[in-house]
Amino acid sequence: MTRHPVSRRDFLRRTAATAATLGFATPALAQPTAGRVVVVGGGFAGASCARALKRIDPRITVTLVEANATFTACPLSNAVIAGLRDLPAQQFDYKRFAAQRITVTLAPAVGVNADARTVILNDGVRLPYDRLVLAPGIEIRWDALPGYTEAAAERMPHAWRAGDQTMLLRKQLESMEDGGLVVMSAPANPFRCPPGPYERASLIAHFLKTRKPKSKLIVLDAKDAFSKQGLFLNAWKELYPDLIEWVPLSKGGSVTSVDPKTNTLTTEFGIHKAAVANVIAPQRAGRIAELAGVADKSGWCPIDPVTFESKLRPNIHVIGDAAIAGAMPKSAFAANSQAKVCAAALAKLLAGEKPDEPKLINTCYSLVAPDYGISVAGVYEPRGGLLADVKGAGGVSPANASPDVRTLEANFANGWFTAITGEVFG
Amino acid sequence: MKPSIFLAACVVLCLSTGAASAIDVAPAGAAACSGCHPVSRAIETPFTPLVGRNPTEIVTAIQEFRSGQRPGTVMDRIAKGFTDDEIKTIAAWYAAQKD
Repeated sequence: MTRHPVSRRDFLRRTAATAATLGFATPALAQPTAGRVVVVGGGFAGASCARALKRIDPRITVTLVEANATFTACPLSNAVIAGLRDLPAQQFDYKRFAAQRITVTLAPAVGVNADARTVILNDGVRLPYDRLVLAPGIEIRWDALPGYTEAAAERMPHAWRAGDQTMLLRKQLESMEDGGLVVMSAPANPFRCPPGPYERASLIAHFLKTRKPKSKLIVLDAKDAFSKQGLFLNAWKELYPDLIEWVPLSKGGSVTSVDPKTNTLTTEFGIHKAAVANVIAPQRAGRIAELAGVADKSGWCPIDPVTFESKLRPNIHVIGDAAIAGAMPKSAFAANSQAKVCAAALAKLLAGEKPDEPKLINTCYSLVAPDYGISVAGVYEPRGGLLADVKGAGGVSPANASPDVRTLEANFANGWFTAITGEVFG
Repeated sequence: MKPSIFLAACVVLCLSTGAASAIDVAPAGAAACSGCHPVSRAIETPFTPLVGRNPTEIVTAIQEFRSGQRPGTVMDRIAKGFTDDEIKTIAAWYAAQKD
């Protein structure tokens, strides 16, 4: 971020921001704000949106509501699980947001009154908005897999929201005896980070190969196909032969129940007793989405592909993993891309203008080994009320790429993380 | 000058110059680039910063990625999603941005 000398415009913006913060309701002072936007959720989607709004129009009053002072990023957290990276490298805070005059409110949002246009915080405070952005990410569906409760997750981590769960899985792998059986379960679509379970399987296999070579990994999958499948399966054959066994849906891979007491996962075809179990359970949009009435029966949030405004409630926009974004996957890159489009649309809407037709991009890198990266990319545009693939664009890394290209993509995976977190939190 | 008078002056100025839009947003597709290409040169990444870059260089690079003339990892796949006009508009917008 570049600092500019204080101009009259800046002075004016500050006066407006101060007036809004202090709640001065006199029309003369309230006028300079270009509208009030509350953003709930400080992950890649919400934090990107709050900052993009201020970059586009500093007169907009922006409040970011987030329950935690520290954000722990999911991308690259599989490398933390495999002992290749430490958790603090995943962690960011909101200290830089004040310089942009974004008000960061560290409190859980517990409700939304869509008619009164207020967000309700856990201490009873009500934040008024002209437009609300919900970026709550995902929550685990504790009702979806028999036996898998919050207590069970302390024994059989999901590690699908980064932080303590990430470290729990890492510690279990570290303390496992050589020769132990690691069992992972992957959910049916849709879920956060489609290639994530397979990157995780790869890096756990790398950990086992280098540290506990007598061990084995079974991936029980509720699907018959997955993201970058050909690339992953080829890489596993090359790097981890006889170490990873992938059990698709059609071969009995769908987990029907788990038992934390015995650390077992049950499928229609049998029972798997694990030394370490990683249950990537079914998911839905974070709870505030349901409370605000923007989640449908699927548990996710239908949106307009131009503005990201909810199709269920006016003036509420949903971005990131919680949204039903058509062909766009639930990824950090997609969340950031959507956040910036949503911010531009909000600025236009608040100014009484028509938002532009957007084009969005996604790029997802996966590490198959520390020096072996693969990617998928896509370009998207609104079509038929959804975000659709731009035909002829996108796709995955070539099947026959050289080792140099795999190394380059592994470097790019790390470089991408630096660039995006620099934009969002730096 | 009092802020309210200053604002009024700004409003009059904007109206008198007939600005099409009060809101300057990135053209379609441009905002997504900073998912990888750093918004500031202070961020160390392997990706070329686009901010303040010569627009012709950007246009040439993307067109060559698109045609396969220039080898890429993901840019060859992404460039295929953009028309010449879109590429030119994005390049001009980045060229005008300041770090």
